[in-house]
Amino acid sequence: MALRHGRGYAAVNYPTGMNLGGDPSQALVHATTMGGFVVTLSSVDLGQGLRTVVAQCAAETLGIPLENVIVDTADTDTGPHCMGTFASRGTHRVGNAVIVAAREARDVMLQVAADELEVDAEDLETDGTGFVRLKGSSEKKIHISEVALAAHFRQGRTISGRGIFLKEPSTPVPETGEMDPDSCQAHACTVAEVAVDDETGVVEVLRLYNAYEIGRALNPALATQQVEGGAWMGLSHALFESTEPYYPHSREHGPVDFTEYLMPGPADIPAQTSVFLERPAGNGPFGAKGIGEMTANAPIPAIANAVYDAVGVRLTSMPFTPEKVLRGLDELRAGRAG
Amino acid sequence: MPSTIVTIELNGTDRELIARPSTTLLSALRETFGLMGAKRGCAQGGCGSCTVLLDGRPVVSCLIPVVTVDGSAVETIEGLADGERLDDVQQAFVDHFATQCGFCTPGMIMSATALLNRKPDPTRQDVTEAICGNVCRCTGYEPIITAVLAAAERRRGDPAVPTPTVPTPTVPTPTVPARPAPTEAEV
Repeated sequence: MALRHGRGYAAVNYPTGMNLGGDPSQALVHATTMGGFVVTLSSVDLGQGLRTVVAQCAAETLGIPLENVIVDTADTDTGPHCMGTFASRGTHRVGNAVIVAAREARDVMLQVAADELEVDAEDLETDGTGFVRLKGSSEKKIHISEVALAAHFRQGRTISGRGIFLKEPSTPVPETGEMDPDSCQAHACTVAEVAVDDETGVVEVLRLYNAYEIGRALNPALATQQVEGGAWMGLSHALFESTEPYYPHSREHGPVDFTEYLMPGPADIPAQTSVFLERPAGNGPFGAKGIGEMTANAPIPAIANAVYDAVGVRLTSMPFTPEKVLRGLDELRAGRAG
Repeated sequence: MPSTIVTIELNGTDRELIARPSTTLLSALRETFGLMGAKRGCAQGGCGSCTVLLDGRPVVSCLIPVVTVDGSAVETIEGLADGERLDDVQQAFVDHFATQCGFCTPGMIMSATALLNRKPDPTRQDVTEAICGNVCRCTGYEPIITAVLAAAERRRGDPAVPTPTVPTPTVPTPTVPARPAPTEAEV
Protein backbone atom coordinates (compact mmCIF):
# COMPACT_ATOMS: atom_id res chain seq x y z
CA MET A 1 0.00 0.00 0.00
CA ALA A 2 1.46 3.28 -1.08
CA LEU A 3 0.93 6.84 -2.24
CA ARG A 4 1.18 6.68 -6.02
CA HIS A 5 1.90 9.73 -8.13
CA GLY A 6 0.57 10.39 -11.58
CA ARG A 7 0.40 13.09 -14.21
CA GLY A 8 -2.24 13.68 -16.85
CA TYR A 9 -3.29 16.36 -19.25
CA ALA A 10 -6.34 17.46 -21.17
CA ALA A 11 -7.07 20.16 -23.72
CA VAL A 12 -10.20 22.11 -24.49
CA ASN A 13 -11.48 24.29 -27.33
CA TYR A 14 -14.28 26.57 -26.27
CA PRO A 15 -16.63 28.86 -28.18
CA THR A 16 -17.13 32.53 -27.41
CA GLY A 17 -20.78 33.49 -27.49
CA MET A 18 -23.65 31.59 -29.00
CA ASN A 19 -25.94 31.65 -31.96
CA LEU A 20 -29.63 30.87 -31.45
CA GLY A 21 -31.63 33.68 -33.03
CA GLY A 22 -28.75 36.16 -33.04
CA ASP A 23 -26.62 37.30 -30.15
CA PRO A 24 -26.62 41.08 -29.58
CA SER A 25 -25.50 43.40 -26.81
CA GLN A 26 -25.87 47.16 -26.68
CA ALA A 27 -24.00 49.93 -24.91
CA LEU A 28 -24.53 53.66 -24.47
CA VAL A 29 -21.82 56.15 -23.52
CA HIS A 30 -22.36 59.74 -22.45
CA ALA A 31 -20.34 62.45 -20.75
CA THR A 32 -21.42 64.06 -17.51
CA THR A 33 -20.94 67.79 -17.02
CA MET A 34 -17.75 67.06 -15.10
CA GLY A 35 -16.03 65.01 -17.79
CA GLY A 36 -16.91 61.62 -16.43
CA PHE A 37 -17.92 59.18 -19.15
CA VAL A 38 -20.79 56.89 -18.19
CA VAL A 39 -21.00 53.50 -19.89
CA THR A 40 -24.57 52.32 -19.52
CA LEU A 41 -25.20 48.59 -19.85
CA SER A 42 -27.66 45.91 -18.87
CA SER A 43 -24.82 43.41 -18.75
CA VAL A 44 -24.32 42.05 -15.26
CA ASP A 45 -20.95 41.63 -13.57
CA LEU A 46 -21.13 38.36 -11.65
CA GLY A 47 -17.67 38.89 -10.21
CA GLN A 48 -15.80 38.01 -13.37
CA GLY A 49 -14.62 41.62 -13.71
CA LEU A 50 -16.78 42.73 -16.63
CA ARG A 51 -17.12 46.26 -15.28
CA THR A 52 -13.35 46.62 -15.09
CA VAL A 53 -12.77 45.24 -18.56
CA VAL A 54 -15.43 47.34 -20.28
CA ALA A 55 -14.13 50.42 -18.46
CA GLN A 56 -10.72 49.62 -19.94
CA CYS A 57 -12.26 49.28 -23.43
CA ALA A 58 -14.06 52.63 -23.04
CA ALA A 59 -11.04 54.48 -21.66
CA GLU A 60 -8.75 53.11 -24.37
CA THR A 61 -11.18 54.05 -27.16
CA LEU A 62 -12.05 57.48 -25.78
CA GLY A 63 -8.39 58.16 -25.02
CA ILE A 64 -9.08 59.23 -21.44
CA PRO A 65 -7.96 57.96 -17.99
CA LEU A 66 -9.68 54.86 -16.61
CA GLU A 67 -10.69 56.88 -13.54
CA ASN A 68 -12.94 59.05 -15.72
CA VAL A 69 -15.06 56.08 -16.79
CA ILE A 70 -18.15 55.19 -14.77
CA VAL A 71 -19.76 51.84 -15.60
CA ASP A 72 -23.47 51.69 -14.81
CA THR A 73 -25.00 48.23 -15.00
CA ALA A 74 -27.83 49.12 -12.69
CA ASP A 75 -31.03 48.06 -14.37
CA THR A 76 -31.80 45.42 -16.97
CA ASP A 77 -35.33 46.85 -17.37
CA THR A 78 -34.23 50.29 -18.46
CA GLY A 79 -30.68 49.85 -19.73
CA PRO A 80 -29.66 49.11 -23.32
CA HIS A 81 -30.41 45.51 -24.17
CA CYS A 82 -27.98 42.70 -23.41
CA MET A 83 -28.56 38.99 -23.91
CA GLY A 84 -26.76 38.36 -20.65
CA THR A 85 -23.43 37.36 -19.19
CA PHE A 86 -23.24 33.70 -20.13
CA ALA A 87 -21.75 31.59 -22.92
CA SER A 88 -18.38 33.26 -22.20
CA ARG A 89 -19.71 36.19 -24.21
CA GLY A 90 -19.45 39.21 -21.87
CA THR A 91 -16.01 40.58 -22.68
CA HIS A 92 -16.39 39.88 -26.40
CA ARG A 93 -19.94 41.09 -27.04
CA VAL A 94 -20.15 43.90 -24.52
CA GLY A 95 -16.56 45.01 -25.11
CA ASN A 96 -17.24 45.34 -28.83
CA ALA A 97 -20.47 47.26 -28.22
CA VAL A 98 -18.70 49.62 -25.80
CA ILE A 99 -15.94 50.27 -28.33
CA VAL A 100 -18.50 51.23 -31.00
CA ALA A 101 -20.33 53.54 -28.57
CA ALA A 102 -17.11 55.06 -27.26
CA ARG A 103 -15.89 55.78 -30.81
CA GLU A 104 -19.05 57.73 -31.57
CA ALA A 105 -18.75 59.64 -28.28
CA ARG A 106 -15.08 60.31 -28.99
CA ASP A 107 -15.94 61.89 -32.34
CA VAL A 108 -18.34 64.32 -30.63
CA MET A 109 -15.82 65.01 -27.87
CA LEU A 110 -13.16 65.91 -30.45
CA GLN A 111 -15.62 68.08 -32.39
CA VAL A 112 -16.56 70.02 -29.25
CA ALA A 113 -12.88 70.40 -28.35
CA ALA A 114 -12.11 71.56 -31.88
CA ASP A 115 -14.72 74.29 -31.67
CA GLU A 116 -13.36 75.42 -28.30
CA LEU A 117 -9.77 75.48 -29.57
CA GLU A 118 -10.79 76.84 -32.99
CA VAL A 119 -8.99 74.09 -34.89
CA ASP A 120 -10.01 71.14 -37.07
CA ALA A 121 -11.15 68.02 -35.22
CA GLU A 122 -8.93 65.89 -37.48
CA ASP A 123 -5.92 67.71 -36.08
CA LEU A 124 -6.69 66.73 -32.49
CA GLU A 125 -5.52 63.78 -30.43
CA THR A 126 -6.07 62.53 -26.90
CA ASP A 127 -3.08 62.06 -24.61
CA GLY A 128 -4.65 59.53 -22.23
CA THR A 129 -4.20 61.80 -19.19
CA GLY A 130 -7.45 63.71 -19.73
CA PHE A 131 -6.42 66.29 -22.33
CA VAL A 132 -7.45 66.74 -25.94
CA ARG A 133 -4.63 68.52 -27.74
CA LEU A 134 -3.50 69.73 -31.10
CA LYS A 135 -1.25 67.09 -32.65
CA GLY A 136 2.36 67.99 -32.12
CA SER A 137 1.57 70.81 -29.70
CA SER A 138 1.97 70.75 -25.94
CA GLU A 139 0.44 74.22 -25.53
CA LYS A 140 -2.80 73.99 -27.46
CA LYS A 141 -4.93 71.64 -25.39
CA ILE A 142 -8.13 71.42 -23.38
CA HIS A 143 -9.09 69.13 -20.53
CA ILE A 144 -12.07 66.79 -21.02
CA SER A 145 -13.83 68.34 -18.02
CA GLU A 146 -13.75 71.69 -19.84
CA VAL A 147 -14.85 69.98 -23.05
CA ALA A 148 -17.81 68.47 -21.20
CA LEU A 149 -18.78 71.79 -19.64
CA ALA A 150 -18.51 73.56 -22.99
CA ALA A 151 -20.68 70.93 -24.65
CA HIS A 152 -23.40 71.27 -22.04
CA PHE A 153 -23.43 74.96 -21.34
CA ARG A 154 -22.00 76.71 -24.40
CA GLN A 155 -22.40 74.53 -27.47
CA GLY A 156 -25.61 72.74 -26.50
CA ARG A 157 -24.41 69.28 -27.50
CA THR A 158 -24.45 65.87 -25.91
CA ILE A 159 -21.16 64.02 -25.94
CA SER A 160 -22.58 60.56 -26.40
CA GLY A 161 -22.39 57.40 -28.43
CA ARG A 162 -24.43 54.31 -29.23
CA GLY A 163 -22.99 50.86 -29.75
CA ILE A 164 -24.23 47.40 -30.56
CA PHE A 165 -22.51 44.16 -31.39
CA LEU A 166 -24.64 41.57 -33.14
CA LYS A 167 -23.65 38.03 -33.94
CA GLU A 168 -26.14 37.32 -36.67
CA PRO A 169 -28.30 34.21 -36.56
CA SER A 170 -26.95 31.22 -38.44
CA THR A 171 -29.37 28.47 -39.41
CA PRO A 172 -27.90 24.99 -39.75
CA VAL A 173 -27.80 23.50 -43.24
CA PRO A 174 -30.33 20.62 -42.93
CA GLU A 175 -28.26 18.10 -44.94
CA THR A 176 -24.93 18.67 -43.22
CA GLY A 177 -25.69 20.45 -39.96
CA GLU A 178 -23.15 23.05 -40.98
CA MET A 179 -23.54 26.40 -39.24
CA ASP A 180 -21.58 29.30 -37.78
CA PRO A 181 -22.38 29.00 -34.08
CA ASP A 182 -19.82 31.23 -32.39
CA SER A 183 -17.49 34.17 -32.97
CA CYS A 184 -14.15 32.65 -32.07
CA GLN A 185 -12.76 29.86 -29.94
CA ALA A 186 -10.32 29.93 -27.07
CA HIS A 187 -8.01 27.02 -26.41
CA ALA A 188 -6.47 25.65 -23.26
CA CYS A 189 -4.52 22.78 -21.79
CA THR A 190 -4.17 21.73 -18.16
CA VAL A 191 -1.60 19.34 -16.74
CA ALA A 192 -2.53 17.81 -13.39
CA GLU A 193 -0.25 16.11 -10.92
CA VAL A 194 -1.96 13.90 -8.36
CA ALA A 195 -1.18 11.58 -5.50
CA VAL A 196 -3.50 8.59 -5.10
CA ASP A 197 -3.54 6.57 -1.89
CA ASP A 198 -4.13 3.02 -3.10
CA GLU A 199 -5.27 1.94 0.35
CA THR A 200 -7.91 4.62 0.98
CA GLY A 201 -8.63 5.62 -2.61
CA VAL A 202 -8.21 9.30 -1.77
CA VAL A 203 -7.05 11.46 -4.68
CA GLU A 204 -5.10 14.61 -3.90
CA VAL A 205 -4.34 17.14 -6.64
CA LEU A 206 -0.86 18.49 -5.99
CA ARG A 207 -0.27 20.84 -8.92
CA LEU A 208 -2.09 22.26 -11.91
CA TYR A 209 -0.37 23.86 -14.87
CA ASN A 210 -2.68 25.89 -17.10
CA ALA A 211 -1.87 27.22 -20.56
CA TYR A 212 -4.55 29.38 -22.20
CA GLU A 213 -4.82 30.88 -25.65
CA ILE A 214 -7.43 33.59 -25.14
CA GLY A 215 -6.89 36.11 -27.89
CA ARG A 216 -5.61 39.09 -25.96
CA ALA A 217 -5.76 39.12 -22.16
CA LEU A 218 -7.30 42.56 -21.64
CA ASN A 219 -6.59 42.35 -17.93
CA PRO A 220 -3.99 39.65 -17.19
CA ALA A 221 -4.58 39.69 -13.42
CA LEU A 222 -8.34 39.17 -13.82
CA ALA A 223 -7.74 36.54 -16.50
CA THR A 224 -5.42 34.64 -14.16
CA GLN A 225 -8.08 34.81 -11.47
CA GLN A 226 -10.64 33.42 -13.87
CA VAL A 227 -8.36 30.58 -14.92
CA GLU A 228 -7.30 29.57 -11.41
CA GLY A 229 -10.69 30.08 -9.78
CA GLY A 230 -12.21 28.08 -12.63
CA ALA A 231 -9.61 25.35 -12.16
CA TRP A 232 -10.66 25.16 -8.53
CA MET A 233 -14.23 24.59 -9.70
CA GLY A 234 -13.01 21.87 -12.06
CA LEU A 235 -11.09 20.24 -9.23
CA SER A 236 -14.21 20.49 -7.11
CA HIS A 237 -16.33 18.76 -9.75
CA ALA A 238 -13.63 16.17 -10.32
CA LEU A 239 -13.24 15.07 -6.72
CA PHE A 240 -16.10 16.32 -4.57
CA GLU A 241 -19.26 17.84 -5.91
CA SER A 242 -22.35 15.79 -6.47
CA THR A 243 -25.95 16.00 -5.44
CA GLU A 244 -26.18 12.25 -5.83
CA PRO A 245 -25.30 9.82 -3.06
CA TYR A 246 -21.83 8.35 -3.36
CA TYR A 247 -22.99 4.83 -2.68
CA PRO A 248 -25.49 3.06 -4.91
CA HIS A 249 -28.99 2.33 -3.64
CA SER A 250 -28.75 4.60 -0.62
CA ARG A 251 -29.43 8.26 0.03
CA GLU A 252 -27.73 8.08 3.41
CA HIS A 253 -24.29 9.04 2.23
CA GLY A 254 -25.16 11.87 -0.10
CA PRO A 255 -25.28 15.52 0.77
CA VAL A 256 -28.62 16.60 2.23
CA ASP A 257 -27.91 20.33 2.34
CA PHE A 258 -25.19 22.84 1.57
CA THR A 259 -23.31 22.22 4.79
CA GLU A 260 -22.73 18.64 3.64
CA TYR A 261 -22.18 19.48 -0.01
CA LEU A 262 -18.47 18.90 -0.37
CA MET A 263 -16.16 21.40 -2.01
CA PRO A 264 -12.41 21.77 -1.61
CA GLY A 265 -11.52 24.21 1.13
CA PRO A 266 -8.48 26.44 1.48
CA ALA A 267 -6.35 23.51 2.70
CA ASP A 268 -7.25 21.30 -0.30
CA ILE A 269 -5.98 23.48 -3.12
CA PRO A 270 -3.10 22.62 -5.45
CA ALA A 271 -0.28 24.92 -6.42
CA GLN A 272 -1.17 26.47 -9.78
CA THR A 273 0.90 27.89 -12.58
CA SER A 274 -0.87 29.69 -15.42
CA VAL A 275 0.39 31.22 -18.64
CA PHE A 276 -1.35 32.95 -21.53
CA LEU A 277 -0.60 32.72 -25.19
CA GLU A 278 -1.97 35.82 -26.86
CA ARG A 279 -3.20 35.45 -30.42
CA PRO A 280 -5.62 38.37 -30.85
CA ALA A 281 -8.95 37.42 -32.44
CA GLY A 282 -9.87 39.54 -35.45
CA ASN A 283 -13.39 40.15 -34.21
CA GLY A 284 -12.65 40.52 -30.48
CA PRO A 285 -12.49 43.80 -28.56
CA PHE A 286 -8.76 44.61 -28.82
CA GLY A 287 -8.42 40.95 -29.82
CA ALA A 288 -10.00 39.35 -26.73
CA LYS A 289 -11.83 36.02 -26.74
CA GLY A 290 -14.08 34.74 -23.94
CA ILE A 291 -12.68 32.54 -21.16
CA GLY A 292 -15.62 32.33 -18.80
CA GLU A 293 -16.91 28.81 -18.69
CA MET A 294 -14.01 26.90 -20.20
CA THR A 295 -11.78 27.36 -17.17
CA ALA A 296 -13.54 24.58 -15.24
CA ASN A 297 -13.32 22.09 -18.10
CA ALA A 298 -9.75 20.96 -18.74
CA PRO A 299 -8.83 20.18 -15.12
CA ILE A 300 -11.43 17.41 -14.84
CA PRO A 301 -10.20 15.06 -17.60
CA ALA A 302 -6.61 16.03 -16.72
CA ILE A 303 -7.18 14.76 -13.18
CA ALA A 304 -8.88 11.60 -14.49
CA ASN A 305 -5.89 10.95 -16.72
CA ALA A 306 -3.51 11.60 -13.84
CA VAL A 307 -5.37 9.06 -11.69
CA TYR A 308 -5.06 6.54 -14.54
CA ASP A 309 -1.36 7.30 -14.78
CA ALA A 310 -0.97 6.85 -11.03
CA VAL A 311 -2.89 3.62 -10.39
CA GLY A 312 -4.23 2.39 -13.73
CA VAL A 313 -7.88 3.01 -12.85
CA ARG A 314 -9.91 4.56 -15.68
CA LEU A 315 -12.64 6.71 -14.12
CA THR A 316 -15.49 7.81 -16.35
CA SER A 317 -17.97 9.45 -13.98
CA MET A 318 -17.58 12.35 -11.61
CA PRO A 319 -16.84 12.81 -8.81
CA PHE A 320 -13.75 10.59 -8.55
CA THR A 321 -14.53 9.41 -5.05
CA PRO A 322 -12.37 7.09 -2.95
CA GLU A 323 -15.00 4.40 -3.43
CA LYS A 324 -14.74 4.52 -7.23
CA VAL A 325 -10.95 4.43 -7.06
CA LEU A 326 -11.00 1.43 -4.70
CA ARG A 327 -13.57 -0.44 -6.83
CA GLY A 328 -11.36 0.18 -9.84
CA LEU A 329 -8.32 -1.11 -7.98
CA ASP A 330 -10.29 -4.22 -6.89
CA GLU A 331 -11.22 -4.89 -10.52
CA LEU A 332 -7.61 -4.52 -11.62
CA ARG A 333 -6.44 -6.91 -8.92
CA ALA A 334 -9.19 -9.42 -9.74
CA GLY A 335 -8.17 -9.22 -13.41
CA ARG A 336 -4.56 -9.86 -12.53
CA ALA A 337 -5.50 -12.75 -10.20
CA GLY A 338 -7.72 -14.25 -12.88
CA MET B 1 -41.95 34.66 24.94
CA PRO B 2 -41.75 38.43 25.21
CA SER B 3 -39.45 40.74 23.35
CA THR B 4 -36.58 42.21 25.32
CA ILE B 5 -34.31 45.23 25.03
CA VAL B 6 -30.79 44.25 24.03
CA THR B 7 -27.75 46.51 24.13
CA ILE B 8 -24.65 45.78 22.08
CA GLU B 9 -21.52 47.79 21.45
CA LEU B 10 -21.67 47.88 17.67
CA ASN B 11 -18.45 48.99 16.00
CA GLY B 12 -17.60 51.04 19.06
CA THR B 13 -21.01 52.62 19.66
CA ASP B 14 -23.66 51.40 22.10
CA ARG B 15 -26.84 50.48 20.27
CA GLU B 16 -30.16 49.21 21.56
CA LEU B 17 -32.83 47.15 19.93
CA ILE B 18 -36.02 45.40 20.88
CA ALA B 19 -35.57 41.77 19.97
CA ARG B 20 -37.71 38.70 19.91
CA PRO B 21 -36.13 35.48 21.18
CA SER B 22 -35.84 34.20 17.61
CA THR B 23 -34.06 37.28 16.24
CA THR B 24 -30.54 36.35 15.19
CA LEU B 25 -27.55 38.64 15.51
CA LEU B 26 -27.38 38.65 11.71
CA SER B 27 -31.00 39.81 11.39
CA ALA B 28 -30.37 42.52 13.96
CA LEU B 29 -27.33 43.75 12.04
CA ARG B 30 -28.98 43.70 8.64
CA GLU B 31 -32.59 44.55 9.36
CA THR B 32 -32.46 46.69 12.50
CA PHE B 33 -29.16 48.49 12.05
CA GLY B 34 -28.99 48.41 8.25
CA LEU B 35 -25.47 46.99 8.17
CA MET B 36 -25.55 44.85 5.04
CA GLY B 37 -21.90 43.79 5.05
CA ALA B 38 -22.48 40.49 6.83
CA LYS B 39 -24.26 38.29 4.29
CA ARG B 40 -27.00 35.74 4.74
CA GLY B 41 -25.75 32.78 2.73
CA CYS B 42 -26.86 29.39 4.02
CA ALA B 43 -28.44 30.64 7.27
CA GLN B 44 -27.30 27.45 8.98
CA GLY B 45 -23.71 28.18 9.94
CA GLY B 46 -22.16 26.40 6.98
CA CYS B 47 -20.80 29.11 4.70
CA GLY B 48 -19.27 31.74 6.96
CA SER B 49 -20.50 34.69 4.92
CA CYS B 50 -22.19 36.18 8.02
CA THR B 51 -19.01 36.11 10.13
CA VAL B 52 -18.60 39.00 12.57
CA LEU B 53 -16.46 39.45 15.67
CA LEU B 54 -18.19 38.91 19.00
CA ASP B 55 -15.96 40.19 21.81
CA GLY B 56 -13.10 39.66 19.38
CA ARG B 57 -13.97 36.09 18.39
CA PRO B 58 -15.21 35.24 14.91
CA VAL B 59 -18.75 33.85 15.00
CA VAL B 60 -21.40 32.94 12.45
CA SER B 61 -23.99 35.58 13.31
CA CYS B 62 -26.82 33.64 11.64
CA LEU B 63 -26.80 31.07 14.48
CA ILE B 64 -26.69 33.44 17.44
CA PRO B 65 -29.91 34.74 19.02
CA VAL B 66 -29.19 38.41 19.62
CA VAL B 67 -30.76 38.28 23.09
CA THR B 68 -27.89 36.02 24.18
CA VAL B 69 -25.23 38.60 23.40
CA ASP B 70 -26.65 41.49 25.45
CA GLY B 71 -23.73 43.62 26.64
CA SER B 72 -21.24 42.22 24.13
CA ALA B 73 -19.02 44.05 21.65
CA VAL B 74 -19.79 43.29 18.02
CA GLU B 75 -17.49 44.30 15.19
CA THR B 76 -18.58 44.09 11.56
CA ILE B 77 -16.89 44.77 8.24
CA GLU B 78 -18.34 48.30 8.36
CA GLY B 79 -16.22 49.04 11.45
CA LEU B 80 -12.86 48.37 9.82
CA ALA B 81 -12.25 51.25 7.43
CA ASP B 82 -11.30 54.70 8.72
CA GLY B 83 -13.53 56.82 6.53
CA GLU B 84 -12.32 56.29 2.97
CA ARG B 85 -9.10 54.63 4.15
CA LEU B 86 -9.33 50.85 4.06
CA ASP B 87 -7.71 48.89 6.86
CA ASP B 88 -4.73 46.64 6.13
CA VAL B 89 -6.72 43.47 5.54
CA GLN B 90 -9.22 45.19 3.26
CA GLN B 91 -6.43 46.87 1.29
CA ALA B 92 -4.57 43.57 0.93
CA PHE B 93 -7.74 41.95 -0.46
CA VAL B 94 -7.88 44.70 -3.09
CA ASP B 95 -4.17 44.54 -3.90
CA HIS B 96 -4.13 40.77 -4.35
CA PHE B 97 -7.42 40.34 -6.20
CA ALA B 98 -8.78 38.31 -3.30
CA THR B 99 -12.34 39.06 -4.27
CA GLN B 100 -14.48 38.25 -7.27
CA CYS B 101 -18.25 38.25 -6.73
CA GLY B 102 -17.66 39.61 -3.23
CA PHE B 103 -20.30 37.64 -1.36
CA CYS B 104 -17.81 35.81 0.88
CA THR B 105 -15.49 38.80 1.24
CA PRO B 106 -16.85 40.45 4.42
CA GLY B 107 -16.86 37.11 6.24
CA MET B 108 -13.39 36.24 4.96
CA ILE B 109 -12.02 39.59 6.09
CA MET B 110 -13.57 39.28 9.56
CA SER B 111 -12.16 35.75 10.00
CA ALA B 112 -8.77 36.98 8.85
CA THR B 113 -8.97 40.01 11.14
CA ALA B 114 -9.67 37.77 14.13
CA LEU B 115 -6.65 35.65 13.21
CA LEU B 116 -4.31 38.62 12.85
CA ASN B 117 -5.53 40.17 16.11
CA ARG B 118 -4.75 36.89 17.84
CA LYS B 119 -1.62 35.98 15.92
CA PRO B 120 0.23 38.78 14.09
CA ASP B 121 2.70 36.40 12.41
CA PRO B 122 0.57 33.54 11.05
CA THR B 123 1.80 30.65 8.95
CA ARG B 124 0.04 29.64 5.75
CA GLN B 125 -1.56 26.81 7.70
CA ASP B 126 -2.82 29.25 10.35
CA VAL B 127 -4.50 31.20 7.57
CA THR B 128 -6.12 28.18 5.94
CA GLU B 129 -7.43 27.06 9.32
CA ALA B 130 -8.74 30.54 10.11
CA ILE B 131 -10.74 30.76 6.88
CA CYS B 132 -11.71 27.09 6.55
CA GLY B 133 -15.24 27.94 7.74
CA ASN B 134 -15.67 30.53 5.00
CA VAL B 135 -16.78 29.19 1.65
CA CYS B 136 -15.59 30.94 -1.52
CA ARG B 137 -17.01 29.83 -4.86
CA CYS B 138 -14.95 32.06 -7.15
CA THR B 139 -11.31 32.55 -6.30
CA GLY B 140 -10.01 29.08 -5.48
CA TYR B 141 -8.78 30.54 -2.13
CA GLU B 142 -5.17 31.11 -3.16
CA PRO B 143 -5.50 34.90 -3.64
CA ILE B 144 -7.26 35.12 -0.27
CA ILE B 145 -4.48 33.23 1.52
CA THR B 146 -1.92 35.46 -0.21
CA ALA B 147 -3.83 38.59 0.81
CA VAL B 148 -4.08 37.58 4.47
CA LEU B 149 -0.37 36.80 4.66
CA ALA B 150 0.39 40.13 2.97
CA ALA B 151 -1.91 41.95 5.40
CA ALA B 152 -0.03 40.37 8.30
CA GLU B 153 3.24 41.66 6.91
CA ARG B 154 1.76 45.08 6.27
CA ARG B 155 0.46 45.26 9.83
CA ARG B 156 3.86 44.29 11.21
CA GLY B 157 5.39 47.03 9.08
CA ASP B 158 7.66 44.63 7.22
CA PRO B 159 9.30 46.40 4.32
CA ALA B 160 9.13 43.38 2.03
CA VAL B 161 5.40 43.35 1.44
CA PRO B 162 4.87 41.16 -1.60
CA THR B 163 3.44 43.05 -4.52
CA PRO B 164 0.73 41.50 -6.66
CA THR B 165 2.15 39.52 -9.51
CA VAL B 166 0.77 39.95 -12.98
CA PRO B 167 1.72 37.20 -15.37
CA THR B 168 3.54 38.20 -18.49
CA PRO B 169 2.92 36.37 -21.74
CA THR B 170 5.67 33.90 -22.54
CA VAL B 171 5.14 34.12 -26.28
CA PRO B 172 5.70 37.24 -28.37
CA THR B 173 2.45 39.04 -28.93
CA PRO B 174 1.43 39.69 -32.51
CA THR B 175 0.19 43.18 -33.23
CA VAL B 176 -3.53 43.76 -32.95
CA PRO B 177 -5.41 44.33 -36.20
CA ALA B 178 -6.02 48.03 -36.73
CA ARG B 179 -9.66 47.92 -35.75
CA PRO B 180 -11.77 44.85 -35.05
CA ALA B 181 -14.22 44.13 -37.82
CA PRO B 182 -17.08 42.92 -35.64
CA THR B 183 -18.77 40.75 -38.22
CA GLU B 184 -15.72 38.75 -39.25
CA ALA B 185 -15.73 35.31 -37.74
CA GLU B 186 -12.63 33.53 -36.60
CA VAL B 187 -12.48 30.00 -35.29
